[in-house]
Amino acid sequence: MTDLLIIGAGPAGIAAAVTAAEQGASVTVIDDNHAPGGQIWRGEFHGKPWYDRFQKVKLNIISDARVIAVHGNAVVIEQGAAARTIHWNKVILATGARELFLPFPGWTLPGVTGVGGLQALVKSGLVIRNKRVAVAGSGPLLLAAAAYLRAKGADLVMIAEQVPTAALMRFGMELRKHPKKLKQAAALQLQLLGVPYVRDCYVEHATGKGKLETLQFRQGSKTFTEEVDYAAIAYGFTPETELAAAFGCEILAHGVWVDKRQQTSIQNVYCAGESTGIGGVDVALLEGELAGLAACRKPTKHLLPLLAREQHFASLLNQTFSPRPGLKHLCTADTIVCRCEDVTYQVLRQQPDSRTAKLQTRCGMGPCQGRICGPANTFLFGWEQGSVRPPILPARMATLALSMTQETSS
Amino acid sequence: MIELFINGRGFFVKEGTTAAAAVLTCGTAQFRSSVTGEPRAPLCGMGICYECRLTIDGVQHARSCRIMATEGMRIETT
Repeated sequence: MTDLLIIGAGPAGIAAAVTAAEQGASVTVIDDNHAPGGQIWRGEFHGKPWYDRFQKVKLNIISDARVIAVHGNAVVIEQGAAARTIHWNKVILATGARELFLPFPGWTLPGVTGVGGLQALVKSGLVIRNKRVAVAGSGPLLLAAAAYLRAKGADLVMIAEQVPTAALMRFGMELRKHPKKLKQAAALQLQLLGVPYVRDCYVEHATGKGKLETLQFRQGSKTFTEEVDYAAIAYGFTPETELAAAFGCEILAHGVWVDKRQQTSIQNVYCAGESTGIGGVDVALLEGELAGLAACRKPTKHLLPLLAREQHFASLLNQTFSPRPGLKHLCTADTIVCRCEDVTYQVLRQQPDSRTAKLQTRCGMGPCQGRICGPANTFLFGWEQGSVRPPILPARMATLALSMTQETSS
Repeated sequence: MIELFINGRGFFVKEGTTAAAAVLTCGTAQFRSSVTGEPRAPLCGMGICYECRLTIDGVQHARSCRIMATEGMRIETT
């Protein structure tokens, strides 16, 4: 039994764990990654703001582990080939976000990756030196990832941002109210000197024989092509809410519902960071700190003004970089939308909702359990995302057997 | 450096490289075949899309972006 179980060791989970441990709580952290830091600090947690405090506190960290099922105040986890049950008094969900992928013809070709996706692959050893790379989609990650890839030797062909120029200009004006962010943006621009940053531009389709070879871009009425080795394409982020749904928490369109103390609709279940709504690393750190204090019954009011300021910036980002409606019309009849089960756009557009699509076409029933196609279908067809049932992720038979035993006993 | 085998052929990669990054770096574009036989390779890089599935040391459907390359590892693509 642990006082406080934290699921996810990205910025929110780290801030929550450190804060609660400093208050004397016994804290267990479960993380799907090899080392703490989440996606944003992958391999770079050392030297980040919370690292020193993290080093000083006592935490029980279980890495390379994922939650497969939730039974009352117990979770069944799988770590490699081993499965076990962990009981908790309070839990903080800090499951973060994933990239939003919008289908277009050719997006399933090898060589087409996410933006953070390609960055993660390079951080985990992919040699990108002298490879021709285009970065496209939407949001500030395009710049951060492009700068990283360039520093690793990639030949950056261009960065295509789908947001129209006027909206980007308005964003630039508002950015002045956030000097720290303005400084970060300026630093990135400097690192990307000489790389074309094309506004109002998006990838219309990708072609290649067995792998990506050519991208076609559209900018207004103009189209042009580029030969590339990799295309890193994503339209921002979507919150990872599946685990919160499995805990029974109320989920809103933008993420998991929480009160001012980060508590979800379920007592003793807290949620912090991107899973409550896309807000970026500074919001995640503050929400994690808030959740850690709240779980220890400590005051949190002093953090609220700071959080409000960061949330203002986050809403500015979300307004500016939301995908344009025109991206709904990129798919042709035979474009695959559900990549696990190869369900095409033509088949899906005849379905009334995600549940029917699931029953009739197997859309969302493959190993990713709708994590990739679900948000795409919400964008394309306006469908609400489907329900979540255990196992939350594909698991080994032995894990499922343990989960069934746990279900019977709870 | 670590020596591993991709479809029986030996390659050397740096320590701390995942199986997925090793396969890409060693020049294999296709990781798996989809249910209708299309070529596929990693998309998300963080273990949620399952497009990077490979057979690693005899275990099928291994998420290669989550698994570190180890000395003598045997990787099969489709």
